[in-house]
Amino acid sequence: MKKSVILGALTVAGLAAGAASAATLDDVRARGKLNCGVTTGLTGFAAPDANGVWEGFDVGMCRAVAAAVLGDATAVEFVPTTGQTRFTALASGEVDMLARNTTWTFSRDVDLKFEFTGVNYYDGQGFIVPRSLGVSSAKDLDGATVCIQTGTTTELNLADFFRANNISYEPVPIETNAEGQQLYLAGSCDTYTTDASGLAATRATFENPGDHVILPEIISKEPLGPLVRHGDNEWGDIVRWTLNALVTAEELGVTSANVAELAAGPTGNPEVNRLLGTEGELGAMLGLEADWAVKAIAAGGNYGELFETNIGENTPIGLARGLNAQWTEGGLIYSPPFR
Amino acid sequence: MSTTDLSYVRTEMLPQQEPPLAEKGVFKWMRENLFSSWINGLLTIASLVVIYVVISTLAPWLLNSVWDANSLTECRDILAEQGLDSHGGACFAVLGDRWHQLVFGYYPSELYWRPALALVIFLAGLAPVLFTGLPRKMLILTALVPFVAFWLLWGGSIWLPVSVALGFVVGFLALKFLTPIVGTLAGTILIFVLPILYWLFVAGPLASGLASAVPIEIQFVESRAFGGFMLSAVIGLSAIVLSLPLGILLALARQSNLPIIKYSSVTFIEVIRGIPLIVWLFTAQLLLNYFLPPGTNFDLTLRVIIMVTFFSSAYIAEVIRGGLAALPKGQYEGADSLGLNYWQSMQLIVLPQALKISIPGIVNTFIGLFKDTTLVVFIGLFDPLGIASAVRATTDWNGVYWELFIFIGLMFFIACFSMGRYSLFLEKKLQREHR
Repeated sequence: MKKSVILGALTVAGLAAGAASAATLDDVRARGKLNCGVTTGLTGFAAPDANGVWEGFDVGMCRAVAAAVLGDATAVEFVPTTGQTRFTALASGEVDMLARNTTWTFSRDVDLKFEFTGVNYYDGQGFIVPRSLGVSSAKDLDGATVCIQTGTTTELNLADFFRANNISYEPVPIETNAEGQQLYLAGSCDTYTTDASGLAATRATFENPGDHVILPEIISKEPLGPLVRHGDNEWGDIVRWTLNALVTAEELGVTSANVAELAAGPTGNPEVNRLLGTEGELGAMLGLEADWAVKAIAAGGNYGELFETNIGENTPIGLARGLNAQWTEGGLIYSPPFR
Repeated sequence: MSTTDLSYVRTEMLPQQEPPLAEKGVFKWMRENLFSSWINGLLTIASLVVIYVVISTLAPWLLNSVWDANSLTECRDILAEQGLDSHGGACFAVLGDRWHQLVFGYYPSELYWRPALALVIFLAGLAPVLFTGLPRKMLILTALVPFVAFWLLWGGSIWLPVSVALGFVVGFLALKFLTPIVGTLAGTILIFVLPILYWLFVAGPLASGLASAVPIEIQFVESRAFGGFMLSAVIGLSAIVLSLPLGILLALARQSNLPIIKYSSVTFIEVIRGIPLIVWLFTAQLLLNYFLPPGTNFDLTLRVIIMVTFFSSAYIAEVIRGGLAALPKGQYEGADSLGLNYWQSMQLIVLPQALKISIPGIVNTFIGLFKDTTLVVFIGLFDPLGIASAVRATTDWNGVYWELFIFIGLMFFIACFSMGRYSLFLEKKLQREHR
């Protein structure tokens, strides 16, 4: 009986295989839903709320793409993936895009045959220490015990950093962020190291967040961004330019509050007009409606709004814009022009 | 001579004296059981100290627990108002806020009655199997349960489970009418081949045809919405129900005289059993995705159920093989000498005894299997532990650990303990040797 289910599935799969995989955009449209790979839960970036509705910074990216393509920000099927299953889920077509705070690296881009469509968060590995330790720089951590997640790039970065500075440390291996948090609070390690955004989110949950400091040194580059499969450049363009639209919207002052008004008719700023589809044919070039960017921005706001609602300084996580400020304000967030 | 002269003879019984204080009641019990020697006395005192320390730490934490709050910060504020620090009391409010996710996952909340009803029907269908006192007619209900439960859980058109169930009817008809005509061997092959052909080529069109002719359907729920204990129960119970018959078949096949059957069974059991379950789960999640053509949507939960079933059936097969091996050879020979054919002798003589011997091992495997369902968290399914991390991933509840783990542990304990108790009950009831 079970054999027959597998055989049946194989048969069905064989028939379906011809149609699938060619044009992701057509698949998404036919399905009426965007399959978006997210984490199984990361504070501020993606997590289901009490009603099971996904929320977060990465989730906002998925919703913007769904809004741009399908005109409906809720037409997203969130596929939770773990660190091990995320790339297979994307490669096998289980998800159309991955917005799972994944670091853009050479091998992932080239060897795993994915296409990173931009960077939506510049992260980097940092250290958190109790204020009582009296440490003000990571270079003072000579001989410290460090809680570190095993099998991650953070482990390698840590070794590199300490060797480069010619100081020693004693690793306390942990499996998950939850474990690291517990061990650090229990005093089993002097410092806990992981991505700075993760440290901020972790610190926000402490009873007295003020008793802990995140050290200024950022010892690695972790550009996080959405990614798609190789081989469907049209789809990659849609995801890339949706992200760029959100960034440009912030730069041009287009927000979810005023986007409907600005899109009602041509404004004095030609780039706003091109972005919002009241001038030019940019939407049609992507194979989308003219107002694709309007819908994407209306879904969750522009890049800055997404940042502020989910991880910004007014949230419990309280991340400063830092590197993730617009290029006009000293950050790295920069979109090519809409032209 | 009157008895009164015998002044030295007692005329009435003395009233019974109380035994000495040290020889009665709680003191005697304590002296005999707790302080019978100095080393026992030391151990008793040491144990009391440990018990006191545990209780005095845990009791305030449990007694001061907060049951009504919307976030961990709120919990801490309430505790602070009572002059306690954050470790002074548990924050069970997280259960009040999120219990529905821990139990049902992301199943639509207006449809919670469906999994609940499915569980009731499942237990009702299981009852005649578990308790032989119930009327045998109820077994008909048992046969229908998998299909009704499937329909309730996933929803959609009623004709899909109906047309799949018809496959078994096809097999039954083949057994009833074809076997007498074509003979046992050809009949046995047909019993398996006809339903499979039916499922492959007839069931699908039949279901969609009926669905368009007589649309009876309830809201379809994707298996991605399944989570929490409901997911554990769906995976665990389906695997338990499916793996027992499969395990029995494998055990019998392993003892077969026919080399092909025997060696395919041995290979299956050894391969499945020789590789950890987590690897099989990754295979289900990752490798199958590469083998199946892109765009295929072969339900992940179904893949996991199949893998877990295979895994536990390999273990069950070995447990039952132990039972078969424990039967004296005379039982097999006796069955043969009665002129019973293979299936009759297995069904009437061998298996009832072998299964009875295997009960503790079988239940042991099932308990292990049920707890192993938590491994699916590693392939991105939301089992109770996965839900717990997802709950912690919200800013409201980030930092809540013990309260969630205690709840999850308690639920698993209840399920596994009941299974263990049932196995003891069954063993007692089936005890034949010493009465």
